Amino acid sequence: MKILVPVKRVFDYNVRVRVRSDGSGVELANVKMSMNPFDEIALEEAVRLKEKGVATEIVAVSIGVPQAKDTLRTVLAMGADRAILVHATDDVQQDIEPLAVAKILAKIVEAENPQLVIAGKQAIDNDMNATGQMLAAALGWGQGTYASALEVSEGAALVTREIDGGLQTLRLKLPAVVTTDLRLNQPRYVALPAIMKAKKKPLEEVALATLGVDIQPRLTVLSTVEPPKRQAGVKLHSVDDLISKLKNEAGVL
Amino acid sequence: MSVLLLAEIHNGHLQKDMLARALTALAPLGEVDVLLAGQNCNQAAEEARHLKGVAKVSVADDASLLHGQAEPLAALIKSVGAAYEHIAAGATAFSRNVLPRVAMMFDVMVLADVTCVKNAETFERPVYAGNAIQTVQSHDRVKIFTVRTAAFSPAGQREGEAAPVESVPVPVDPALSVWVEDKTIVSERPDLTSAKIVVSGGRGLGSEENFHQIAALADKLGGAVGASRAAVDAGYAPNDWQVGQTGKIVAPELYVAVGISGAIQHLAGIKDSKVIVAINKDEEAPIFQVADYGLVGDLFKLLPELTEKIG
Ligand SMILES: Cc1cc2nc3c(=O)[nH]c(=O)nc-3n(C[C@H](O)[C@H](O)[C@H](O)COP(=O)(O)OP(=O)(O)OC[C@H]3O[C@@H](n4cnc5c(N)ncnc54)[C@H](O)[C@@H]3O)c2cc1C
Ligand SMILES: Nc1ncnc2c1ncn2[C@@H]1O[C@H](COP(=O)(O)O)[C@@H](O)[C@H]1O
Repeated sequence: MKILVPVKRVFDYNVRVRVRSDGSGVELANVKMSMNPFDEIALEEAVRLKEKGVATEIVAVSIGVPQAKDTLRTVLAMGADRAILVHATDDVQQDIEPLAVAKILAKIVEAENPQLVIAGKQAIDNDMNATGQMLAAALGWGQGTYASALEVSEGAALVTREIDGGLQTLRLKLPAVVTTDLRLNQPRYVALPAIMKAKKKPLEEVALATLGVDIQPRLTVLSTVEPPKRQAGVKLHSVDDLISKLKNEAGVL
Repeated sequence: MSVLLLAEIHNGHLQKDMLARALTALAPLGEVDVLLAGQNCNQAAEEARHLKGVAKVSVADDASLLHGQAEPLAALIKSVGAAYEHIAAGATAFSRNVLPRVAMMFDVMVLADVTCVKNAETFERPVYAGNAIQTVQSHDRVKIFTVRTAAFSPAGQREGEAAPVESVPVPVDPALSVWVEDKTIVSERPDLTSAKIVVSGGRGLGSEENFHQIAALADKLGGAVGASRAAVDAGYAPNDWQVGQTGKIVAPELYVAVGISGAIQHLAGIKDSKVIVAINKDEEAPIFQVADYGLVGDLFKLLPELTEKIG
């Protein structure tokens, strides 16, 4: 069984991004970029399924700027067999909307014919939490979002999902789309030799134009501003002080 | 203008507080039609039709809609929603699961976590873990979005006659998924996203047993219990207690963070709290940069003392 894993190149989660003073967006030009953490979890899950003998091939796809090749190299080092970069823009500041990403992924799925797509639940930059669901709709497939456990057998996937108030288990008919939550697994550490070896693995580049997908944005970002800042308050020295402040000053008790 | 608002029913109960808050958030768009999907929704419909801002309640009654599976629910919203200009819902796991699917069926974008409806096509939403707020304009025919309800106050009761209730036809279930089970905890505590007081614990608690001390303080205050990702990952607290960028967004009057360092991802979920209290032994912990009141010290000494002296 073939598994497709979409991975997005995003700002590193340890970085504090800065909003440009003219309100035109956040500054991404000289920021450390990494693989979206949820996609790392997706890839790890695919690799585990391959190690168990359930999956036979893992194909990773990234859509965006040419620099996403670096991300795909890491993905290959982690255990993907092949990678595809869909070159959709040259501008590191341009985010491709989930609707367009899902349509592009649907084209790749048609060509590659995987039985399972494992995506991240959300990209930590746009925080949209949409692409996996949109892809499932585009393909007419079932979806198992926010997975914290996954079992794949012939023709079906058993997905345990993190829902409001607890957990839900669904059995999905394959092919299907699954999106990962934080508890699904702990991604492995990639050692240097793996990264070197991965340089020999195939990384195909696809021009957007060959796919015939319209990526014209549906949203215009009118402005990007910093949220109101919270002020650091006071440090107190005793529980009694705290209770008194909460009662008399803040009025919340 | 016409707005369809998806309501939620858990175990037969309307999530009324969230619906009422969503109504306030959507008020700039005028009155809304509420869609209820499930089985035996009469009680829920009865509650919904009395809320201020509701023009009509549409009820879809079918076994396929009982567990919130995205495929049948999306098919329903596609058929009911075709007549609307806006389709909205609270920003919960339930809605975030289904609305993007609906959006693709309409060939439109979806917006997650809207914090302000400025006008019919302009919305505010946080991005980059809440480090930036975007104002976006949608060019789509149907605007589909989820709203963060925590920061809005609930709409009151409707004056005069209750809104009409109608039943809507349910499309054939695409049968792409089979529900196996739900493991949910029915709690006496208030809901995290609407609680007036939230007490959260982090990795500093050290164990599941110790985490009970967080719950003890929350119970004494009549509040909800939250947790950091690290506390959830370590198994001290269940998944759905996670507060933050990729968990629940809270906006209580009082947020108490105990043994939580204050990572960006955690702060993203608590920024709208009115008053933040932090208890941490590390004076340099970033949580103190956003806390109104900080207690530097050992939580195992301070937390029991606070619980004992409060109330
Ligand atoms: C993709 C992604 C998404 C994430 N989403 C979220 C999210 O939604 N929510 C979230 O919370 N995190 C999230 N995180 C994780 C986040 O980055 C932090 O790792 C996490 O919030 C840390 O949790 P913590 O503060 O409990 O643990 P730590 O950072 O380990 O802090 C523990 C704190 O406890 C204090 N402490 C220890 N012992 C005592 C004691 N005896 N008395 C007093 N204080 C004590 C320490 O001084 C320390 O400050 C996410 C991370 C990623 C990569
Ligand atoms: N540009 C992209 N390239 C590849 N995968 C993407 C891209 N954007 C989103 N995805 C996938 O979709 C998931 C959810 O992203 P989003 O819907 O943008 O929050 C991510 O975790 C990725 O798996």
